[in-house]
Amino acid sequence: MPPIRRRQNWLPYLLLLPSIIFLFIFFAYPMVESFLLAFRGNDGGFTLENFNIMVKDVAFTPAFRTTLILLVLIIPIQFVLALTMALLVQAKLKFSGLFLYIYSIPLGISELAAGIVWFAIFTERGYLNTILMGLGILEKPFIFLGYENTSWILFAIVIAEVWRATSIIMVILVAGLQAIPHEFLEAADIFGANLWQKVWRVILPLLKPSLQVALILRTILAFQVFAVAIAIAGRGVTLLAAEAYRWYNSYRNPHVAAAYAVLILVLSITSTVLYLWGLRTPEEQSL
Amino acid sequence: MSRNPLLIQHLLRFLTYIAAILVALWVLMPIYLIAVAAFSEMLAVYKFPRPFVPVNFTLDTLLFFLKSGGVMKSVQSSVVVALLTLLFSTLIGAPAGYAIARFVFRGRDAFRLVVVSTRAFPIVILSIPLAVMFIRWGMYDSIYSLALMHTALALPFTILITSSVFASVPRDLEEAAQTLGCSPLEAFIRISLPLALPGLAAATLFTFVLSWNEVFAAVILTVRNRTLPALVLTVLSESQLPYRFAGGFFMMVPSLIFMLFIRRYLFNLWGRVTK
Repeated sequence: MPPIRRRQNWLPYLLLLPSIIFLFIFFAYPMVESFLLAFRGNDGGFTLENFNIMVKDVAFTPAFRTTLILLVLIIPIQFVLALTMALLVQAKLKFSGLFLYIYSIPLGISELAAGIVWFAIFTERGYLNTILMGLGILEKPFIFLGYENTSWILFAIVIAEVWRATSIIMVILVAGLQAIPHEFLEAADIFGANLWQKVWRVILPLLKPSLQVALILRTILAFQVFAVAIAIAGRGVTLLAAEAYRWYNSYRNPHVAAAYAVLILVLSITSTVLYLWGLRTPEEQSL
Repeated sequence: MSRNPLLIQHLLRFLTYIAAILVALWVLMPIYLIAVAAFSEMLAVYKFPRPFVPVNFTLDTLLFFLKSGGVMKSVQSSVVVALLTLLFSTLIGAPAGYAIARFVFRGRDAFRLVVVSTRAFPIVILSIPLAVMFIRWGMYDSIYSLALMHTALALPFTILITSSVFASVPRDLEEAAQTLGCSPLEAFIRISLPLALPGLAAATLFTFVLSWNEVFAAVILTVRNRTLPALVLTVLSESQLPYRFAGGFFMMVPSLIFMLFIRRYLFNLWGRVTK
């Protein structure tokens, strides 16, 4: 806790003021504006027409479904992998600093670049086919990213997203692990707990607040995925954020685009509330 | 089980190393592969089976990408936007970070909570209304407007990272300087600021990468003044493979370098919300 300073009561507020003004103009106001756009017709009156257009569009259901499928597939894989990475980083290995650096590299890689990287691997004349044929598993290149092959496209997107966006969870979990007192793990050792028991009985329960934060962040970010899909599949699959982009850019209809934005906001808030409620920690259990 | 505990311990240690190395390869392999494609001669990109080392190591493919229509201009736009974002978010965010780190005041926790929750705010939701607002204000399709948008995205991170940086600078030093006759401002500039500088540099690098990588807002808010990711995204479906691979690699380079410098501060950005 920083020491309390009683004089200059106005100073902290003065220092916060630019941030508050900026966040107001570029966060609060646009958010209100997005609701106004979504619920307003061309004549300026209240309408649900934009949502009606959105829901009736042929791309809506596939976009919604694919976004949810990706979410459900990606998040569990990411959490297992992120926890593994975090435990490896914390395992007091030699070069653990190097491992941490390597594991956190994808944090700085953009969605678009990650999509292109995995496109190079999954494309027909790409690295994966080269390896599979080299191993004698395939006779001729397999078309992973063909339009009739949505499940393989989804597979490629899942891999790309797991590759790119697991680091962020790892970092949150490592921070959480570092906050666990050594005595807890030593006590588990004394009582003869094996690694599995330590993870399940000691680490995971104490890691719950970090897991909660990571889950919320990851889910909110997952609703915004779009460039990965475009880089890997072109128009082969569509996602909610990609539809928002298309309605704005191709169809020049900011109202329907804003309806998508509002939908994504509602989904984000709903999932946050669900996680906060589902993973709530009773006061006496919290660390 | 415990016939030879030492042997089992060594074996476990060994397996842990293997696992750590495998995970590292999983992260590095794709980066290596795209680098191979980017540093091979252009025609090699169409070769099948794909070579796993660069064919006639050359910069031709990367140069081809950089010389393609609009790429140099978009790189320039990207750099300008990223630098402006870095400048704006530091000027606006660092004072707030300092206030959170140094003072206890009413509303401090509420402000922290707002900052922490805006950290994950959907870009999609902000971009579309901002585009409409920018059109209304005559600020649309401008890299300066985009820099403002990116500043909004970066600001929560800047505030969090700077507050943890200033919190790690001992307050006693600043007070000692004041007892020795420095004014509070002087004490800040001559004592706290130099000590905080590496951390502040990391924060600015992070905002740079954040802006450099951002594509959704960029593609919504610009039309002719595209940033690099926005340009690549819009021409991707019609572009040749060498263009894509070189572009993918080129966009990744800053993040590879910057990660090296900011890795120590990562935990301040993404650590737990509760203190």
